[in-house]
Amino acid sequence: MGALAELAGDEKNGEGSRTFVFMNEGHTLGNALKTIISRYPEVDFCGYTIPHPTEQKLHFRIQSHRDRAVDILKRGLEDLEALCDHTIVTFETEMNNFNAMKVENT
Amino acid sequence: MSNSRRKEPLLYMEEYRVKQDPQDYGLADEVFNMEVFKSKLQIAIVRNDEDGLEFDLIGVYPAIANAFRRLMLSDVPSMAIEKVYIYNNTSIIQDEVLAHRMGLLPLRADPRLFAYRTEESTETGTEQDTLEFELKVKCTRRKDAGKDQSNFDDIYKNHKVYSGHLKWLPKGKQAQIYTETGVGCIHDDILIAQLRPGHELDLRLVAVKGLGRDHAKFSPVATATYRLLPQIKLNREVSGKDAYLLQSCFSPGVIGIDENECAYVKDARYDSCSRNVYRYPQINDSVTLARVRDHYIFTVESVGALKPEVIFLEAVKVLKKKCRSFIDEIEAE
Repeated sequence: MGALAELAGDEKNGEGSRTFVFMNEGHTLGNALKTIISRYPEVDFCGYTIPHPTEQKLHFRIQSHRDRAVDILKRGLEDLEALCDHTIVTFETEMNNFNAMKVENT
Repeated sequence: MSNSRRKEPLLYMEEYRVKQDPQDYGLADEVFNMEVFKSKLQIAIVRNDEDGLEFDLIGVYPAIANAFRRLMLSDVPSMAIEKVYIYNNTSIIQDEVLAHRMGLLPLRADPRLFAYRTEESTETGTEQDTLEFELKVKCTRRKDAGKDQSNFDDIYKNHKVYSGHLKWLPKGKQAQIYTETGVGCIHDDILIAQLRPGHELDLRLVAVKGLGRDHAKFSPVATATYRLLPQIKLNREVSGKDAYLLQSCFSPGVIGIDENECAYVKDARYDSCSRNVYRYPQINDSVTLARVRDHYIFTVESVGALKPEVIFLEAVKVLKKKCRSFIDEIEAE
């Protein structure tokens, strides 16, 4: 627990603007999540930074005029999870097809 | 392999710049939709042999493809030697250098069957999270060697220490579950050190589960890379001497020459995408070089503990697990 925190300073900006701090994450999750969340129509701005290369921290910024930033983040994570699920299924079926073809040819 | 119905988004490789297709808005303005993603994603396995796995990942964002690559390199666990207890080392190789070399030995053990060591773990570890090996080698002079022999193999015994000298010491019930070949070093011909008569090595080695981001020895892949699918189009007929010149500008097998001595594109896939053609004024207008922006050719070469297809699946599962843990944390608040 405690791998996700919020950065102070957004109290006056409403629920739509938040900077989240991910512990022990980096460009792998940050960039993948950013490309998904920045493509939601209700999101005005989405970006991430790693403030210091030796600190394992990821600052993830979401700004929206409509929805709560937390909800958008959750939706982004759920979409990325579904994307992974679909990739796994597709890869497994293709791998099985490939192996079946190989057996046929030998 | 590539779907002919699909409109392929191209990146043109001109002489001095890379230009995006003017009709291609996909990177900037596309709205993310799971159903659209599902209809676009294609995976095609191309090759899977002892040299590694090659597959095409089509229709994804660069960040997703790159995340998979990064995960394979640094977030899929594997087992490696982490602690080396040196009881005796009279060889000329220093203790710390020797310990480092031992750490880099690839082990066959399946990391999925082991647990990570935690901060509470004792130094000796348990049978669930630790593998132990010993290396006891002593170099001696062969008694039967004649005075006139100069070959080291003939006059010394054990003068070369190989990874095959490693002996597995099963902990607890490990001997009933695993075999020496199932957990030991993948290659038995890795040279660890060279000894001379009187030199001796006596080491105890402790292997644990770890991640590539902690140390490269824990990375399960030798290489995991991707590149974009090249596309070469001939704009006009190139024949005779120019056809052979054109052929020499690309990687072998990319440009073919037919019976009329006319050049044609045989297989652009394995082109190295050099821009040599632009050096020759007589043919530099004859081709259009491009790459398909969302067609990633992945090459995954395993160190040997896990199969490359398993490494890719494990990598995607790691990303999924990361997402799940953060969703759970948001929901718990």
